[in-house]
Amino acid sequence: MSGSFSLSVFGLAGAGLVAIGLFGLIVQGAAFRKILAFNLLGGGIFLLMGVIARRGAAAGFGGDPVPQALVITGIVVAFSATALAVALLLRLQDAGEQNSAAVDDRDRAARQGDA
Amino acid sequence: MTPAASLSSASSAFGALLVLAVIVPLCGLVPMLLCAPRRVEQVALLLLGLGGLIVGAIAVRVAATGAALDDVIGGWAPPLGMALRADGLSVVMLVMTAVVVVATGLFARTDRAAPTSAMPPAFWMLLMGLWSALNLVFVAQDLFSLYVALELLTFAAVPLVCLDGSRKTLDAALRYLLFALFGSVLYLLATALLYGAYGTLDLPQLAQHVRASGTPEPALVLALALMSVGMAAKAALFPLHLWLPPAHAGAPAAASALLSALVIKAPIYLLVRIWCDLAGPPLAAAGAPLLAIMGAGAVWLCGVMALRQGRLKLLIAYSTAAQIGYLFLMFPLAGIAGAAPWETIAWTGGALQLVSHAFSKAAMFMAAGLIAEALGHDRIADFGGLGRILPVSVFAFGLGGLSLMGLPPSGGFVAKVMLLTAAVQQERWWIAGVILAGGLLAGGYVLRVVVPALFRTGGAVAVAQVSPRRQGVALGLALVAVVLGFVPLQPIGFLAIGRAALIGSAP
Repeated sequence: MSGSFSLSVFGLAGAGLVAIGLFGLIVQGAAFRKILAFNLLGGGIFLLMGVIARRGAAAGFGGDPVPQALVITGIVVAFSATALAVALLLRLQDAGEQNSAAVDDRDRAARQGDA
Repeated sequence: MTPAASLSSASSAFGALLVLAVIVPLCGLVPMLLCAPRRVEQVALLLLGLGGLIVGAIAVRVAATGAALDDVIGGWAPPLGMALRADGLSVVMLVMTAVVVVATGLFARTDRAAPTSAMPPAFWMLLMGLWSALNLVFVAQDLFSLYVALELLTFAAVPLVCLDGSRKTLDAALRYLLFALFGSVLYLLATALLYGAYGTLDLPQLAQHVRASGTPEPALVLALALMSVGMAAKAALFPLHLWLPPAHAGAPAAASALLSALVIKAPIYLLVRIWCDLAGPPLAAAGAPLLAIMGAGAVWLCGVMALRQGRLKLLIAYSTAAQIGYLFLMFPLAGIAGAAPWETIAWTGGALQLVSHAFSKAAMFMAAGLIAEALGHDRIADFGGLGRILPVSVFAFGLGGLSLMGLPPSGGFVAKVMLLTAAVQQERWWIAGVILAGGLLAGGYVLRVVVPALFRTGGAVAVAQVSPRRQGVALGLALVAVVLGFVPLQPIGFLAIGRAALIGSAP
């Protein structure tokens, strides 16, 4: 398999992931699906960066190290973002359960409104 | 080697101050995590002082030398290494941020009289994270550092929204986070495209390549579009503003002040960098009207929405979304042929609008928080007689409102006159119309609050005491916004420091 062919495959796969992720992020209503879509989109971008690293390599190197460094940092950032979003989602779920079990819902709602 | 590469390949004396401005608040998080929760606030106040001194030193140095401050981290020059740089505009942003952050710290300090109203330790840690991220946005020179800075900013800002942990604020925080992630992921894609096309992430070097290549590459056009949409989502530019009102209105007053005054300014600053430094004149001329149309939509629609709000904090939050719109009117006005953007009156007007909005909006959110604390509610309909109970807070709110309306004396007045002058000079009548109509709308929603508070007698009853110190902080910030109204009505030289060297001579 020639190098440029596999690069095209990876590039197209990255573009496809970006498209699916973007579609999901905009169209999906549920927060968890949006978080998943964000991760797909991020994965697509990292794949594209990998392709750019291979294509940009010159002087006999196997790959340009800069995009690879970016991908590693990007994965850390995307992981933190996902963790934060999921943590918020879980807290939201807890708050919802407490809310439905609460004795005086109306009082709580009024207090929140004033805060 | 290109001039830009040689330009940023050496650190200037005292360049390490830029690194300190970013890492001092961040390193402060370590003792804050280790010490007892009741000591966190004291450590934070110490760091606020230290950070303020560092920013002050940067400002004095740049003002004294009249040249930008450069730092090349570890001596590794771009494109492999990272450069930091504080030019005139960055210094103005850094100082604005420092003043608002320190004032917020003083506002949020625990009252000895009412220790129960203390902010949780998390607030102080997030404040430090926020400050570090903002400073990095204002001094970073490469697109990927800027990406990391924007993400750090989001991670510090989102938890500030839901400090009270109620369902409503958690919901607002999650929505904010999803919008922000949408914005940053588009930005990251644009960064990848630009690296693929030009092989560097350093903004001055990218600008050189773009100007050298003549016709804009498709990758550049796509990257600019992606970055603009992404930053518009983070800055809550109409029609991507839907997350802002619940998030900014639901947060505690000190957090709202930070979010509205500073956090949304970071993506706008980045847009200015991208469109004025990177895009090159032909593309900037094509893209600027689109940004201005969205800005006009924000001024009108969010202004009308602010008029319709029944609660004070929601009104102020919608007014933030409206005032953001003015900043986007700057883009077509600053791009006149034959002059560099930073030599135009619109550039100065836009910068002044950004800064005076930060001070006045922080003051208004603090005043609103104090009013809500004193009355136990923030329903505008029940504000009759409020001026009797909290004269200082109502005065601070009103002074902040002057700047939003664009009435003299206020920074907002000078900013809007500059933008209006530029619009009339260039015969862009629709922009002039937007500025005038936006002023009327702002007048409507500020007076809706101030008039009943001062001139209607009514049922406003204080259920709690608020300290004079906290009212004084709000008033102080409002007075800064007023004092900005005394700057001369002409392009300010300080804002142009270090910009010409950045991208070569004027286009």
